Amino acid sequence: MKYVDEYRDPKAAQQYVKAIHNAVTRPWTIMEVCGGQTHAIARFGIQDLLPDQVELVHGPGCPVCVTPLEMIDKALAIAARQEVIFCSFGDMLRVPGSRCDLSNIRAQGGDVRAIYTPLDALKIAEEYPDKQVVFFAVGFETTAPANAMAVHLAKIRGLDNFSVLVSHVLVPPAIEAIVSAPDNRVQGFLAAGHVCTVMGTQAYLPLAEKYGVPIVVTGFEPLDILEGIYRCVRQLEDGRAELENQYHRAVRDDGNITARALLARVFRVVRRQWRGIGEIADSGWGLTPEYAEFDAEKRFGIADIVVAEPEQCISGLVLRGLKKPIECPAFGKQCTPERPLGATMVSGEGACAAYYRYRREGAA
Amino acid sequence: MSDAKTFDLSCGLPIENHARIKLAHGGGGRAMARLIEEVFIAAFDNPLLREGHDGAVLDLPRGRSVLTTDSFVVRPLFFPGGDIGSLAINGTVNDLAMCGAKPLYLTASFILEEGLETEILRRVVRSMRTAADAAGVAIVTGDTKVVERGRGDGIYINTAGVGCIERDMSVAPQRIAAGDAILLNGDIGRHGMAVMGAREALAFTTPIESDCASLWHTVDALLSANIDVHCLRDATRGGLSAVLNELAQASGLQFDIVEGDIPVSARVRGACEVLGLDAMQVACEGRFVALVPESAAERALAIMKSRDDAARIIGRATAGEPGLVTLHTLIGGRRILDMPAGELLPRIC
Repeated sequence: MKYVDEYRDPKAAQQYVKAIHNAVTRPWTIMEVCGGQTHAIARFGIQDLLPDQVELVHGPGCPVCVTPLEMIDKALAIAARQEVIFCSFGDMLRVPGSRCDLSNIRAQGGDVRAIYTPLDALKIAEEYPDKQVVFFAVGFETTAPANAMAVHLAKIRGLDNFSVLVSHVLVPPAIEAIVSAPDNRVQGFLAAGHVCTVMGTQAYLPLAEKYGVPIVVTGFEPLDILEGIYRCVRQLEDGRAELENQYHRAVRDDGNITARALLARVFRVVRRQWRGIGEIADSGWGLTPEYAEFDAEKRFGIADIVVAEPEQCISGLVLRGLKKPIECPAFGKQCTPERPLGATMVSGEGACAAYYRYRREGAA
Repeated sequence: MSDAKTFDLSCGLPIENHARIKLAHGGGGRAMARLIEEVFIAAFDNPLLREGHDGAVLDLPRGRSVLTTDSFVVRPLFFPGGDIGSLAINGTVNDLAMCGAKPLYLTASFILEEGLETEILRRVVRSMRTAADAAGVAIVTGDTKVVERGRGDGIYINTAGVGCIERDMSVAPQRIAAGDAILLNGDIGRHGMAVMGAREALAFTTPIESDCASLWHTVDALLSANIDVHCLRDATRGGLSAVLNELAQASGLQFDIVEGDIPVSARVRGACEVLGLDAMQVACEGRFVALVPESAAERALAIMKSRDDAARIIGRATAGEPGLVTLHTLIGGRRILDMPAGELLPRIC
């Protein structure tokens, strides 16, 4: 399959692995920011190919994992309403809120639908004018343009039965929160390629300079990730801290200018709570006043909900790269993909779920 | 009833005048008798069914028999490569085949939703006959119920099947031994993607067709060649991942699988990449794994390949950690191949 097979070629992979082995002289800790990268690393068994000195830690770039408990509870409250058709990306359905998840709401009679694009939610709103259709707009900069487009089209078409529950988060503030923390161990970053496809690479340059960390914008296929690691290791060994773009086949410096213009119109930067990490200033997007009428929180008068994470769950430490999933006492015991305690065990992109599925302790 | 010629005091809702199923069709009266005669017997016709008894009196061969049952709910009822009817026949036929049994007789029970178009039922029933003929089985007894509109998904079907074991051998997970080769009879993931494509109206440029088919003839060919088949299991819900994990656990052995040897068609791979699904967890309806001694592996493979060139040896059972399935990945890494968690949910990005 074109654009896939050439990035999974075993011989080329072995060459990168060899180059990484040759380049490394000291231990390094590198964080892959995006959950899609975590998933690929686990799925292709990449960690096992690396020298012991290269430790990969898994970043906060899984939208399912960092959506705060309060926001899940708000989604549950809205989805349970009789007049609502609640639309969501599939893997949000199993994220546990404080009492249950969206699939439980569906089992109890709520109309919860897994859709593939927010534009499908718009179609549903047009088909059911007497229902309130709510789309759960989660994700990083990657999913934001389609979500913004849905809101924008709803306004143009005058769809007053459509709204969005917005929980968008941004990558650069999360990287800054991690690298500026006193207990930070991350020495280099593989930045999330698809986020940069939308937003470009400029926001990462000041981070690399200010904190003296190499940042390599990296893709998602095994060869992309191996090359990203190689470039990062080379910088670390050379004592450089630069911004590099490994994923130039999909990422331009300026990103997608059309998408950015729409995003700037529909969204404004707000504070956001991150599950397991806490509040980060200027780390998310909310609707601008021009589109505020489509804000589901306002439409349904959902008050702020305050809830606490389960005590056993260490997903916050996992998301900041301070702990590995297998260091959690609940991992694989009280916490499994069937009965997740925290969100990192839910999504296929979550570090705990990826570990559980692909590399349980002592095996493989 | 303006046309006097069609007025008939004995009218028991003749099918041809009723394009849709009514509650009366499950009521045990004349309407039901007509439905049975004009739809079911018309399609399934065979001497045992013709006897019109409450049950079918079977003349089974001497030796061990196998009994199995399965229920079928699928939306949409028709999808590229099959429909609920062919699924209901092949599903039960394949359960018998996986026990090493030759499928002989099937029952078919229908739960119909009021308002279902009778023509749809006819199509499903005709498809069942075609699938039954292909597998060499007869549908010898059945039942029909009708539920109120809104209480069913058009058609639910239950089939039960009886088969006989013709040879003095046992095909079971307990017989799997370290060193056994693991064979797969074709490419995976087609049924699940075909149904998902039809259900979600995903615009695949070329539709993916379900692999729904009877496995008996392939199994029969293996057994007839005197291959000492240790175990057979069809990959249905949960896909290849689930089957390999079940058998590794049941046999107390470790399975080592080579990812590059698992056939996946370009279409299924493409659809899975786009949707963020793992083809190894996607349902099949015409695929099975066979565990055979290493010494018989090449012969078994040749038999499987004569029916589907995509058949492969995908790995080996080993002593090692009981119940563990490992995957040697495409790029030379190694990981666990885990049991799917449940409902397949496409990833966000």
